[in-house]
Amino acid sequence: MTQIIEKMIKNSLLAAAMIGGTAFGALSAEIRVGMVLEPPHLDPTAGAAAAIDEVVYANVFEGLTRIDQTGAVRPALATAWEISEDGLIYTFTLKDGVTFHDGTSFDADDVVFSFERARADNSTNAQKGIFAPITAVTAVDPSTVEISIAQPQGDFLFNIGRGDAIIVAPETADSNQSSPVGTGPFKFVQWNQGSRVILEKNDAYVGDPVALDKATFVFISDPNAAQNAMLAGELDGFANFPAPESLSIFEADPRYQVLRGSTEGETILSINNAKAPFDDVRVRKAIAHALDRQSIIDGAMFGYGTPIGTHFAPHHPYYVDLLDTHARDIETGKALLAEAGYPEGIKATFKLPPPTYSRRGGQIIAAQLREIGIELELINVEWGQWLEDVFKTKNYDLSIVSHVEPFDIGIYANPDYYFQYDNVIFQAIIEKLNVTTDEADRKTLAQEAQKILAEEAVNGFLFQLAKTGVWKANLEGMWPNSPVEGNDLTAVRWTN
Amino acid sequence: MAIENSTSLLRRAMAHPSFRVGVIGSAAFLALALVSLVWTPYPTDIVDIPNRFASFSVTHWLGTDYLGRDQFSLLMTGIANSLKVALLAMAIGAMIGVPLGLIAASSKGWLEAVILRFNDFIFAFPALISAIIITTLFGPSAINAMVAIGIFNIPVFARVARGGALSLWTLEYVDAAKLSGLSNAQINVRHIFPNVASLLIVQATIQLSLGVLAEAGLSYIGLGTQPPETSLGLMLKEAQSFFFGFPMQAVIPGLAIVLFVISFNLLGDGLRDTLDPKLSKAGSINVAG
Amino acid sequence: MFGFALKRLFGVAVTLIVAAAIIFFLLDILPGDPARFMLGINATEDAVAALRVELGLDQSAFNRFFGWGAGVIQGDLGISFSQRMPVSQLMSERLQVSLPLALSALTLSTLIGLPMGIVAAQNRGKFGDSFTMTLAQIGIAIPNFWFAMLLVLAFAVTWRIFPPGGFVPWSENPLVAAKSLVLPAIALALPQAAILARVMRTALVDVIQADFIRTAMAKGLTKKQAIWRHGVRNALLPVLTIMGLQFAFLIAGTIIVENVFYLPGLGRLIFSAISARDLIVVRSAILVLVAMVIVVMFLVDLAYAFIDPRIRTGGQSIGN
Repeated sequence: MTQIIEKMIKNSLLAAAMIGGTAFGALSAEIRVGMVLEPPHLDPTAGAAAAIDEVVYANVFEGLTRIDQTGAVRPALATAWEISEDGLIYTFTLKDGVTFHDGTSFDADDVVFSFERARADNSTNAQKGIFAPITAVTAVDPSTVEISIAQPQGDFLFNIGRGDAIIVAPETADSNQSSPVGTGPFKFVQWNQGSRVILEKNDAYVGDPVALDKATFVFISDPNAAQNAMLAGELDGFANFPAPESLSIFEADPRYQVLRGSTEGETILSINNAKAPFDDVRVRKAIAHALDRQSIIDGAMFGYGTPIGTHFAPHHPYYVDLLDTHARDIETGKALLAEAGYPEGIKATFKLPPPTYSRRGGQIIAAQLREIGIELELINVEWGQWLEDVFKTKNYDLSIVSHVEPFDIGIYANPDYYFQYDNVIFQAIIEKLNVTTDEADRKTLAQEAQKILAEEAVNGFLFQLAKTGVWKANLEGMWPNSPVEGNDLTAVRWTN
Repeated sequence: MAIENSTSLLRRAMAHPSFRVGVIGSAAFLALALVSLVWTPYPTDIVDIPNRFASFSVTHWLGTDYLGRDQFSLLMTGIANSLKVALLAMAIGAMIGVPLGLIAASSKGWLEAVILRFNDFIFAFPALISAIIITTLFGPSAINAMVAIGIFNIPVFARVARGGALSLWTLEYVDAAKLSGLSNAQINVRHIFPNVASLLIVQATIQLSLGVLAEAGLSYIGLGTQPPETSLGLMLKEAQSFFFGFPMQAVIPGLAIVLFVISFNLLGDGLRDTLDPKLSKAGSINVAG
Repeated sequence: MFGFALKRLFGVAVTLIVAAAIIFFLLDILPGDPARFMLGINATEDAVAALRVELGLDQSAFNRFFGWGAGVIQGDLGISFSQRMPVSQLMSERLQVSLPLALSALTLSTLIGLPMGIVAAQNRGKFGDSFTMTLAQIGIAIPNFWFAMLLVLAFAVTWRIFPPGGFVPWSENPLVAAKSLVLPAIALALPQAAILARVMRTALVDVIQADFIRTAMAKGLTKKQAIWRHGVRNALLPVLTIMGLQFAFLIAGTIIVENVFYLPGLGRLIFSAISARDLIVVRSAILVLVAMVIVVMFLVDLAYAFIDPRIRTGGQSIGN
C-alpha cells in the first residue's frame, strides 16, 4: 500500500515539476537565425547551393557519418565502421531504433536507396564525385551496410559526411525539396517562401537531445537590414554576418558576441591560364608580385580573413605557408611583365560576382595591378552570368571567387576546370593523393601540390574567408568554424 | 496667339522666388558637373586604405570614403554621372515621346489608339522590373540604366505633348493653316511644337530630377552606375553600410540628391507658374513615381 | 456608359494579349542556362542535360508560349524552375504582403497628400501654400531607400516600436503581420503623398480660376463652398490618373523597400527569379502585375467617364 502511495507521490511530484518547468523556464527555447541567401529548395542531395545545407544539414538530415566543428569525422547514422585491409570495402554498423520524421523506420535499405539514388544516371546530386568510386552498396542485414569502392580513398569517410550524402527515405525522397523528411534532431515545420523556414525539436530522435525546441531561419539579403535586425533584437544570431564593417559595433556591445573562425573558402583571383597573356607564367608571377593581401583583407573585409599563399586552408594540418613565394614587389613585377614582352602593360577584363569580397576586393586589386601596368575593366556580374561566362564558357580574363568546398585542391588537376591549368606533374600528384590513405604520405603529397600551385602562380591566392558570426551574448554551442557547409544547431543552447 | 518672346518669359520667371532658387541651385550643380569633366581636386580611381574615413580637413574638404578617395572629388564626378544618366534618359523620353504625342493628337483614329495603348502598356509595366530585365539582358551599367529609365519617360512626354497639342488643334489659326493646305506634319512642326515647347521644358526639368532619383534607386539594387565609377546613388548606397561609424558618408550624397532634385523641381515649377494658365492646365501632368 | 465600358474592355483584352507575347519572347533571350545555374559549379554535364529535358527547355519557343498561354487562362501559371512549387501558390503568398502594403500605402498617401494639396490651393501664394509645398518638395526629393533606412533606425532599432522587417503570415499572427507593414507603408506613402499634394494643388488651382467656380459664387456660394462642391470633384480627374499610376508603382516597384525590410513581396520574388533565370516565375509574375495595373487603369478610366460625361462622347476634358 505504502509503495503505491509512494509511487503516486513520486509521479505527481514529477508531473508537478514538469508542469512547473513548462510554466516557468521553457518559454520554449527558441532561436531565430539570420541567413543571407535563401535556399532554392531543401534537398541537399539535389542541388549545390550551400544555403540548403545551412538550413538542413545535421539539423533535419543526417548521413552515415557527420563532420564536427574541427573537421573531424564522427559517427552519425553509422555507429561504427570497419575498413578492409585493401581499403576497398567499408562495413558500417547502423544505429538502432531510428525513425524518419514521418514515422517510418530507418534501416540498411534506406542507406542503399540513398546511395543508389545519388549514383543514378538521372541524379541531380551536385557532388557525384563522392559516389563515383563506389562499385556496390549492399544491405548485409537491417543494421549493417557494406560499401565497396574501386580504389582506396583517403577521404571517403569525410565525403560521405557531407550534406550531399545524407540518408533519405524512399517514401519521401521526391518531396524533400519542399518538405524535407530526415532522421535529424529537428524536424521541418514550414517554409514561408521569401521569408523563413521553421524547424522544431524531434522528440523521437535517437541520440543526444538538442537543447532548442524551435529554430527559425530568417532570410535577409541586404547587409544593412541584417545589421538592423540584429540591433533591434529581431534575430538571435547571424551565422555568417554579411557586413564586416559593422562587426566592431557588435564587438563593443556586451549584449552580443562575435565568433571569429575560418571557413573552407579559399578566396582567389582566378586567372584564365589558357588565354594570352596569362598563359605565360611570368605574367602570372608579375600579378602575384603586385598583390598586397593585407590591404585587400583590410579594405574589403575590414581585417577579417587569413592570407593564403596557395589553394589550401591555413587551419588544415597539411597547410604549408607559401605567402612569400612571390612577395609583393612592384619593381620585380614590372620587370617580369617587360621580360614577357609587355613593357607597356596589359589591358584585361575583370569579372566580379556579387559578394562583398569580390566587389570591394576587386576595386582594391585593380588599383594594385595598375601599379605594375595592368589596366583592368571591372565588370559586375550576377551569379547566373558568372556561371555562364566565366565558369562554363571560360570567356574571361580575371575574376574573384571563394571556393568553399573542403579540400578541393584537386580542381587544379582538371584542365577543363575554368582555370584551364594543365600540368601533368600536378595531375599525377593528385591522382596519387586520391588513392593514398596513410596520413603522412597524404601530407607530403598535399604539400607538393600546394608548392606547385604557388610556384606557378596559377591564380592569385588571396585569403581564407573568415567566418564571422554575430550572436546574442547568452548563447553558446555555435560553431566558430565552417569545416563543412551547414549550420549545425545541435549543440546550441541559451545560457540563462 | 503668338509665341511668347523668350526674354520676356525669363524676366517674368525671375519674379518668382522659387524660380530664382531653382536656377541658382541647378546652375551650381551643372557647374560642378562640367568642371569635374576636366578637373577634380584628387583622382577618383585610387585606393588608399590607410587614409580612409578621414574627416573634414584642409586637404580633403569633405573627408575621404571607405577606399580612401577624396569625397569632394567623388561628389563632383558623382553629380556628373547622375546628371549624365538622368539627362540622357530624359532625352530618350523626349525624342521618342514628343513626336508620338504630337502624332497622336493630330491623327485621331487607329494611329492615336495604338499610341495610347502603347503608352498604357509602358505605364503598366513595372518600371523597376523592366530595368532589372534590361540590365540582366545587357549587363548592369550606367548606359543600360539610362535606357531603362528613358523608356519610362516616353509615355510621360507623349502625354504632355498630346495634351498640350489637343487644346491647340481647336484654335482658329490652326484651322486656317489646314485650310491653306499644310499637312498635319507641317502644322505639327511649324505651329504646334513651338507652342507646347514651354510645357515640355517644364516636364523635362521634372523628369531630370526624377531621373536622378531613379538612378539612385537602381544603384541601390546594384543595377545603376557600376564601380569604380561613382554616382550620387551609388555613393549613398555604399555609405549606408558605414552609417553607424561614419554618418557623414551618407549625409553628403544624400543631401546632394535632395538639393539637386529640389533645385530642378523649383526651376520647373517657376517656369510653369509663369506660363499662360490655359496652356498649363491642358497639358501638364506631374507624373512622378 | 455601357458601350464605352465595353469598348474599353476590348482594348484591355488586346493590351493583355500583346503584353503576354512581349513578355514571353523578351524573356526568352535572357542569357544563362537555368539548369546549369540550379545545379551549381560542380555539376556534371549529364545532370544538366537531364534537368533541361525535365524542365522542357528542349521544346520550341512557340510551343512553350501557347502552352503557357493556355495554362494561364485556366489559372495554371506553371511550376517554378528553381523552387518546384506552383507559381500561383508562390504569387498568392507574396500577394498577401504586396497587396495590403500597396493599398495601405495608397490610402496613407491619399489621406496625407490630398488635404495638403487642398490647403495649398486654398491658400495660394500665402504661407499655407509655401509651407506645404516645401514639405512636398522635400518629400519627393529624398531617395526612398534612404528614408526607409532612417525609419528603421528610429522606430525599430532605437525605439523598438515596430519590427525592422520580416513578415509573419496573416493566418499565423495578424497583429505582427500588420505591424510589419507599418514602416514599409510609411516609407512608400510619404513620397507618393508629396506627389499627390503637388498634383492636387495644381489641378485645384486651375479649377478655381475656371468659369464655373465664378458662376457658382455668383449663384451665392462662398468661395470655399464653391471649391469644395465643384472644384474638388473636377480636380479629382488628374488626381485619379496619378493614383492609378501610383498603384502600378506600389504593387511592383517596391523591390527597394522590400529589400530594406526583407519582406517576402512580389518585387523580390521577381528579382530573385530573374537572378536565378527562373523564367516561368518571371513571366507569370510580370503578366499578373501588368494585368492588375491594366485593370486598375481601366477602372480609373471608368471613374473618369463617370465623373466627366464629356469623355464618354469623345470630347475633351481637364487632365487628358
